[in-house]
Amino acid sequence: MRIGDFRASYVHDEALWPTRVQQAWLLALAVALLALPMGVNGYVVGLACMVGIHCIAAAGLNIMTGYTGLISLGHAAFMGVGCYAAAWAAQRGVPTLLTLLWAGSLAALLGVVVGLPSLRIKGLYLAVATLATQFLLVYVFREWDSVTGGVRGVNVPNANILGFELLSDQRMYYLILPVAALMLVGARNLFRTRVGRAFIAIRDKDISAEVLGIDLLQYKLASFALGSFYAGVAGALLGYFYRAMTPEYFTLQLSIFYLAAIIVGGLGSMLGTILGAVFMTLVPEILRAVVALVAQWAPRATEVLSPMQQLVFGLLIMGFLVFEPHGLLEIWRRLRRSFHLWPFRS
Amino acid sequence: MSTGFDWVAFVEYSALGLLSGGLLALVALGFVLIYKGTGVINFAMGEFMMLGAYFFYTASVMWKLPTVVALPLTLAAVALVAALIERTLLRPLSGQPVISVLMATIGLASALHGGVDVLWGGKNYEMPALLPRKPLTPGDILIPGQLFWSFVLAAFVIAAFTLYFRFSKTGIAMRAAASDPMTAYVLGIDVRRTQALTWMFAGVVGAVAGIVVASMTSLSPALGSAALGVLAVIILGGLDSIAGAIVAGLIIGLIESLTAAYLGGKVRDIVPYATVLIILLIRPYGLFGTRQIERL
Amino acid sequence: MQMAPPLLQTAGIHLGFGGIKALSGVSLAALSGQITAVIGPNGAGKTSLFNTISGFYKPQQGQVTFEGRDITGQGPAKRAAMGLARTFQNVALFRGMSVLDNIKLGGHTRLHANPLSALWYLGPARREETALRREIERDVIDFLEIDHVRNQSVASLPYGLQKRVELARALAMRPKVLMLDEPVAGMNREETEDMARFILDIQEERGITVLLIEHDMGLVMDISNHVVVLNFGMVIGQGTPAEVRHQPDVVRAYLGGTAAAGASA
Repeated sequence: MRIGDFRASYVHDEALWPTRVQQAWLLALAVALLALPMGVNGYVVGLACMVGIHCIAAAGLNIMTGYTGLISLGHAAFMGVGCYAAAWAAQRGVPTLLTLLWAGSLAALLGVVVGLPSLRIKGLYLAVATLATQFLLVYVFREWDSVTGGVRGVNVPNANILGFELLSDQRMYYLILPVAALMLVGARNLFRTRVGRAFIAIRDKDISAEVLGIDLLQYKLASFALGSFYAGVAGALLGYFYRAMTPEYFTLQLSIFYLAAIIVGGLGSMLGTILGAVFMTLVPEILRAVVALVAQWAPRATEVLSPMQQLVFGLLIMGFLVFEPHGLLEIWRRLRRSFHLWPFRS
Repeated sequence: MSTGFDWVAFVEYSALGLLSGGLLALVALGFVLIYKGTGVINFAMGEFMMLGAYFFYTASVMWKLPTVVALPLTLAAVALVAALIERTLLRPLSGQPVISVLMATIGLASALHGGVDVLWGGKNYEMPALLPRKPLTPGDILIPGQLFWSFVLAAFVIAAFTLYFRFSKTGIAMRAAASDPMTAYVLGIDVRRTQALTWMFAGVVGAVAGIVVASMTSLSPALGSAALGVLAVIILGGLDSIAGAIVAGLIIGLIESLTAAYLGGKVRDIVPYATVLIILLIRPYGLFGTRQIERL
Repeated sequence: MQMAPPLLQTAGIHLGFGGIKALSGVSLAALSGQITAVIGPNGAGKTSLFNTISGFYKPQQGQVTFEGRDITGQGPAKRAAMGLARTFQNVALFRGMSVLDNIKLGGHTRLHANPLSALWYLGPARREETALRREIERDVIDFLEIDHVRNQSVASLPYGLQKRVELARALAMRPKVLMLDEPVAGMNREETEDMARFILDIQEERGITVLLIEHDMGLVMDISNHVVVLNFGMVIGQGTPAEVRHQPDVVRAYLGGTAAAGASA
């Protein structure tokens, strides 16, 4: 039950975690996350790394789609751009952190190029333009042999921080975790300032936004660039994690995966992003386990894993949009509310 | 020794392109129907094509029903699925912002695609030939029979629908409900029923196109992705214009054929997407689309 | 009776859509520090005029001048930065945000955060946010008596409060000219009187020039310094409320029939 929660200054009121209890939980979470690799097996650590990468990518998509209302079906392609950019730089000995920055910036630049013509017009057209971009970029990944290695793909050297090589998943985890945490908090910070508010305003009523002095094109481009930056960084981390990448990874299906993640988790919320990323990382794992189980009776079952995923993603998107449009976040909030009011009923 | 530009080949490629545009226009028609009728942008048109083709395959090849039975059965089944989709997915979302509905149809496309792939498997199946194969040879050029008759069929279906909407009572009711649902309600038109009908028609149109395409090539889940190329047609023609869909279908078919012929087959895959981006740059609302003016 | 120069003026505005002529030669002036009301029957072109002044419509002929500068070609966002604020007939709040965030958006043009400083937040971004919050609490929220709902989502507020929040947001822009499109539409007596009090305070205490569209004649007659009457896209009368009330064209536009029947004794 929440009592004694008062604020004595505006800075305190606007803080992300104002109460002592929240801060305590946050500390506990941080400790748990830092200690994670020591308590679980390597497979779970690898999964945790993927969750981190998914969080970053989904955060970028949420900035664009959840907060600003710009639908992008090309998010996977932008991740690909980041990945290939990182591979190119890493092969030339550029330090890892700089590579991440480079990958994100290149993806952001591409976002501006794609966004410039498409953002002058309404929602659907942007969706179609990003869809077209998705296919075009994958085509480029496949054909531009000299840079991307074509269909065979590209190898990514090990990540290294100041000479310390990140050879194992465990070590990658300690790179991905702080990067993801920083980027998520950064994204959340956006919406405590005029930049983020402008994004939401554009989504809710762009006419009103204009009348308040917001240059629509400029801010839409900023949103698109930021989201693409996040995709680029996620793609770069993906490359470092797998140490190799082919164009087959960055498909439309992956773009839809991230769309599902933010819809399931909660559009327009960073906590929703995290919830959605965790959930969506677990879904293929659960499916894999189910299929493995069923394969005992129906050996051909393993062939259907990929289309099964497509089916499940689609059902999740539709189901959540119809029944719980605010996503897992809303379920979480309901739980919290009843917790705060306990022992009284909400 | 070079004899200059091969005009015969050019004419042949152009003819082939225009004819294949017929099917593109047909799928675009289904899309425009839904957009004009319900304001929904349906990303799952390609999946309707898939459903039509796979249902027909099941009825005709797996259950060995004669075409005369299999075809109506297939179309009825697809119409049923479309009506179900309208009832369970679109109607609950009817007040929601455009992007929510758009994302819902994206989810629908994914689910249908995956579902079909799971149920029937990803192999290539051979479809029975429905259209006469005998090629036509006007002058020096060769036109595959199936392609020509697919164009005729598409033209027939489009013409039939256009006449239906213009002159039949239900068609007029559907147009009224599309342009002003409130007034239509007041006048006693069952708007919900017309919306369900709209989806059923679009489903049938897509199914027909899917069956024809599959019988001309082969049946595989890749069929669903083929309709993404139709997006170029829709954007070029304007979202809410049937005439635009027809003209744009022919143009895009022509462009696809010529680029494949002169630039190679690989490029053909991305031609629709490159075209989309170019159109969006120059003339976003397409040739015939109406620019949306918002009431302030 | 020396009046301050008009802060906002339109001269000979002609506006048409396709075959419809919305405005024909509309010239009016919003005198500095005064309340000017634009009245007229439905369809007279009042909101079209506002939209032209806001910058959403480009007139085929005529000019809009602000502080002596021709702004006819400028977009709405630029006009906001100059000091032009407006509210909408159908409340145009951002439903996904709280009351406080909506109002803070009014301060958008006066803040400076860019995506980079926003991501980091600590430092300049936080400072300007805190300063804005302080200013809004003091100058707007207390003034309009909406402190009890500041953290609520606007979608949950009753209509009258929503309109007040929209006014708050416009005030947060620290505008020189405030355009109100039907500020008391749909309000009961008590809410109307509250709103009237707020508008008068805005004009008197802050010296803001007010231009408003209204149908509530009681409000118009009570608080306006100057009234402009539109009908069929043309100005058919203007002057002080008392003068305009008796002009025959005005009476005919509202009541129809012969002017004599409606004219006062």
